[in-house]
Amino acid sequence: MSTIKVMERRAFLKYTFGAGALILGTHVESWASDADKAAFHPDVFVGIQPTGEVIIVAHRSEMGTGSKSTLPMVVADELDADWKRVRVEQAIGDEKYGSQNTDGSCSIRDFVAIMKIAGATARTMLETAAAQKWNVPAGECKAQLGFIVHAKSGKKLGFGELAAAAAKLPVPDKATLKFKPESEYRYINKNVPNVDQLDIIEGRGTFGMDAKMPGMLVASIEHSPVYGGKMASFDAAEAKKVAGVRDVIVLDPFKPPHNFQPLGGVAVLADHTWAALQGRKKLKVEWDLGPNASYDSDRYREQLLATAKQPGKVVRNQGDVEAGFASAAKIHEASYSTPLLSHAPMETPAAVAEFKDGKVVCHAATQNPQAVQETVAGALGIDKKDVTCHVTLLGGGFGRKSKPDYVAEAALLSKKTGKPVKVVWSREDDIRNDFYHSTAGMYMKAGLDASGKPTTWLHRSAFPSIGTTFDDKAEYAMELEMGMGWNDLPYDIPNHRAENGPAKNHIRIGWLRAVANVYHAFAIHSFTDELAHLAGKDPIEYTLGLLGPGRKIEMKPVGMNYWNHNQKQSDFPVDTARMRNVIDLVAQKSGWAKRKASKGHGWGFAAHRSFLTYVAVVTEVQVDDRGRLTIPNMHIAVDAGQTYNRDRVISQFEGAATFGTSIAMMSEISVKDGKVQQSNFHNYQVARMPEAPRNTHIHLINSKELAAGVGEPGVPPVPPSIANAIFAATGKRVRDLPMRKTKLV
Amino acid sequence: MVQLKVNGVTRKFEGDPEMPLLWYLRDMLEMTGTKYGCGMGLCGACTVHVDGKAVRSCQTTMANAAGKSVVTIEGLKGQHPLQKAWMAASVPQCGYCQSGQIMQAASLLKEHAKPTDAQIDEAMQGNICRCGTYGRIRSAIKTAAGVKA
Repeated sequence: MSTIKVMERRAFLKYTFGAGALILGTHVESWASDADKAAFHPDVFVGIQPTGEVIIVAHRSEMGTGSKSTLPMVVADELDADWKRVRVEQAIGDEKYGSQNTDGSCSIRDFVAIMKIAGATARTMLETAAAQKWNVPAGECKAQLGFIVHAKSGKKLGFGELAAAAAKLPVPDKATLKFKPESEYRYINKNVPNVDQLDIIEGRGTFGMDAKMPGMLVASIEHSPVYGGKMASFDAAEAKKVAGVRDVIVLDPFKPPHNFQPLGGVAVLADHTWAALQGRKKLKVEWDLGPNASYDSDRYREQLLATAKQPGKVVRNQGDVEAGFASAAKIHEASYSTPLLSHAPMETPAAVAEFKDGKVVCHAATQNPQAVQETVAGALGIDKKDVTCHVTLLGGGFGRKSKPDYVAEAALLSKKTGKPVKVVWSREDDIRNDFYHSTAGMYMKAGLDASGKPTTWLHRSAFPSIGTTFDDKAEYAMELEMGMGWNDLPYDIPNHRAENGPAKNHIRIGWLRAVANVYHAFAIHSFTDELAHLAGKDPIEYTLGLLGPGRKIEMKPVGMNYWNHNQKQSDFPVDTARMRNVIDLVAQKSGWAKRKASKGHGWGFAAHRSFLTYVAVVTEVQVDDRGRLTIPNMHIAVDAGQTYNRDRVISQFEGAATFGTSIAMMSEISVKDGKVQQSNFHNYQVARMPEAPRNTHIHLINSKELAAGVGEPGVPPVPPSIANAIFAATGKRVRDLPMRKTKLV
Repeated sequence: MVQLKVNGVTRKFEGDPEMPLLWYLRDMLEMTGTKYGCGMGLCGACTVHVDGKAVRSCQTTMANAAGKSVVTIEGLKGQHPLQKAWMAASVPQCGYCQSGQIMQAASLLKEHAKPTDAQIDEAMQGNICRCGTYGRIRSAIKTAAGVKA
């Protein structure tokens, strides 16, 4: 999985290592391509300066999950470094690091092992160097907070004093490394604050929006109001009269498929942001809106629902569904739908770039600096090695900032003006020109036996696929979308089929926190709750019955591999015992057994596995006599495998409670005549403090399983838990999101 | 010409008096702790104090700010009890909205030294946190105010 070697100091000048530094390079394998895996990509993850300062590279982006701090903390703990003398350096984009695409909730699970190895290797070499110096057995030398200590003689040397000698030693075979026992951890799971926390609280953190270059212009760009529209004509005369406006420049439209290319449009460039925004207001642009100008999202949603009622492409098939329905004592069916959603991170897309001498240097709030290199290189016709991407803090990402169209805009405009250019998307630009979370139509049908338990299950789903990013003709889901809580539903039902209906696309679709799990979880866990009530059973007991006994299930979808979040089923099987365990925990902690619904007051449940993590939610809702809903309590039980930064894990699930509440209750992007109807937070609503769950209780299982995802898996079970609580409180079954559009009394 | 005080320092501005204070702080003074989030006074990320009261700097023109005293997140110098409570509770996730949250909460505590939950809701509902740190914001405000969680 990894190879470590001592690196030459000259290879890492940007880290300004002194003579006599110990620098360990690693070969990282992650879910990179096979070609990447075959290559040797060494670089530094840990370096020890002669001064004793320890430098650890953070190669993943920081957008609020804490991974920029957690992975270096793991190195520091294995090394037994003094955290106060550790400097965390944010890596630039470079394929030598393996994947830097900070999405898919995989930073910890894909990289924690290599971080442990890097730390333990450096520690072993320092201990060996000390042992040789003192002529004592290596086993008697022990790292302790930045020193190597020989307890018997009381001798002690700092890491820095040993670095030069250690760098001359052979790198120990990783099979011989000894790792710290959990009981000796100083930083792992000890709630050490994120490295940027103080800067953020004092207003010093540098986000993409805050990045600057000397002499830069600021650009505000008018994009087509309809996806795929092209600029027909424009009049910049008034815009250019605005004080501070320097130029108005046309950017060419993208060539389908859009991938991460800039959309194209007309840019107003000015000395500062206000002038650019004012100039933009005065700009007159006529658009040839193209074929998507007839797109109407309400009508489209109806079409998805109609498609889902028809047979589609079979993506999972067990038993005999037709025979199962024919012999069922009772049939229950229901349709569910969800809207397009915008990511709306608090920081809108922003980046600054300079094109000079055929090369680009940029500073960007990006989840994926290697995609920045590729996208910028593609847009400018240069080699990606000539694109240097510095990664700033991200003011939220949620998947939006994996797509670096805005960085390429800055680079293109810099090339055209000969000056550094900062591109700032306004909130309106962000809401109207996002890569939207897919709208979906779903049809569920169950054949029940006399006791009300399903013997037959059919789940049809139709939605425009993320695949349209890369293939504009795609009409069916990608494996990854199917494997997100849909064709891997672990219910113990003999006849089980999933089908995917076709959907043509008319807008940019992209991944948003938890992706296809969001709509699949909403339909599946709402429908399960409906079946429980039909059977007159407690929803939790009923769900445990559907899951069946605790066991590991091998998923066998039809005509494809089971995606399993890019992990082998042997490493991360679908394990109903772990699911049952979180359900039992949430039932116990929420006092489920004694929660009785009354008028306007109810409790709802949902449990979902995604990103290899098991999550069960119990939500309490109150609906007043005017139909206004509040959420006094939400309990979330989590088995995310081993954790490395317990407080940050908890904070991600607290955040998911609010993010899921926004999706459930209020957020919706609608499109008329091809134009997005929302523009800012007055009409694209997200949960504010009074609307968010008042008390969020996170119950984290102390799991010994492999580390799984944390950033996303909290979101999917939240909307169905709210819908099920609303049913308990009001008797209303809300099957279409957002729920604010349904009158609750 | 507009004259104002920013974090105690007297400043003169000769540009467009309609320019929002937000862009003056960020682009002219290079004080980027105050954030852009919506430009319409809907999200609170740009909150600063003008003459001691929380305002949205994206909705405050330079003409409005003339002769006033402005305090930004940088002006709290890390010494405000809220900043200490924010550290202790590890409130921030991405952190982008937190300058505005802290400035809004600081104004609340000036008005209500021991705020109730309802007063916290009322004061803070204009500040969006997309990461969903509301629970920790509430508890950090209570810690700073010395009221029971």
